[in-house]
Amino acid sequence: MSNEKPAATGAGSGASRAALNVRVWRGAGEGSFQTYEVPRQESQTVLDVVTHIQRVIDPSLSYRFACRVGVCGSCAMNVNGKARWTCRTHVEKVAADGNLEIAPLSNLPVIKDLVTDMKEFFDKWARARGRFAGARTRDDDFARVMPDSPQRRNVDAGIECIGCGACYSACDVVQSNPAYLGPAALNRAWTLHNDVRDVMRVERLASVAGDAGCHACHTHTSCSERCPKQISPTLGIAGLKRAAAVAALSGEI
Amino acid sequence: MKNDFRARIHPAWWAFALHRASGVLLALFLPAHFWLLGHALQSAAALDDVLQWTALPVVKFAETGLVLLLAAHMTGGIRLLMIEFLPWREWQKTLLALAAGASVAIGLAFALNVF
Repeated sequence: MSNEKPAATGAGSGASRAALNVRVWRGAGEGSFQTYEVPRQESQTVLDVVTHIQRVIDPSLSYRFACRVGVCGSCAMNVNGKARWTCRTHVEKVAADGNLEIAPLSNLPVIKDLVTDMKEFFDKWARARGRFAGARTRDDDFARVMPDSPQRRNVDAGIECIGCGACYSACDVVQSNPAYLGPAALNRAWTLHNDVRDVMRVERLASVAGDAGCHACHTHTSCSERCPKQISPTLGIAGLKRAAAVAALSGEI
Repeated sequence: MKNDFRARIHPAWWAFALHRASGVLLALFLPAHFWLLGHALQSAAALDDVLQWTALPVVKFAETGLVLLLAAHMTGGIRLLMIEFLPWREWQKTLLALAAGASVAIGLAFALNVF
């Protein structure tokens, strides 16, 4: 958390260590980078930098954030060319030389400045049948899922996704094949595939086994590199590939 | 917006690039390979005539490159199969190192053998 103070920008900040040189994408699909000088502060996050620009220098800057503590998944942006959650990205870790380039996430339409249209991203979760479908009612007893069962462990490995879109932005397959469901939607499908209470397993495998599904993954592992929650969608996608292959061989899909 | 090289600076992406490049180069080499083997259909002497050519150091050097490409493509492929069938995340970068090391070892072994 930064202690934002209105500061004179440009004037008097001769020492480069005291100021960050920040290039920020302005505009929609057509646009350009604009440069701002932002005072450097201790424990400053990239989101703090964007907030400073919007509050102190240029109120017309659009960006998206909510929780500021890495829970909501709203504030992901490209920072120096890499997709990151900006609220938990410290400036000193990504811009030791004082230069920052902040752009909207890749592979998504830009609405304005740093705000992308996430509709397609989340529509793909629906297309991957990313919704739990159970058979029990409130009159049934609780399902008992052993914490150390292999399925439950698979779910644990992927369930912490916050839907920030960093993996989707980093994915080269999404870039070359816009229909590709992408790492986040497939990771979601994988966690549900491993949910022993779920009753849509076969339908879900059919949904993720098409040309735009798990088999399109080229195992670049850029998604796993960029996930701020250290999830490996590559692992889940590999699991879906095996499950879909077994289901196809046994005639289920 | 589209990603540039900065989004791709990580070992697994380099492994993909090497796998793709070695595959394309090996595919380009295949016609030459078949042309050479085609001489065996004519006569043993015809094949030997061409094979004499492989005694040139520059050809040996190129062959070493080919063996490196083959080794890189094979170990890269085995690595992918291992990721897909034994999906432990911790393994991935170790596998990359093993694949790279095995490729270089195979290439060097070939070079030692021919020179």
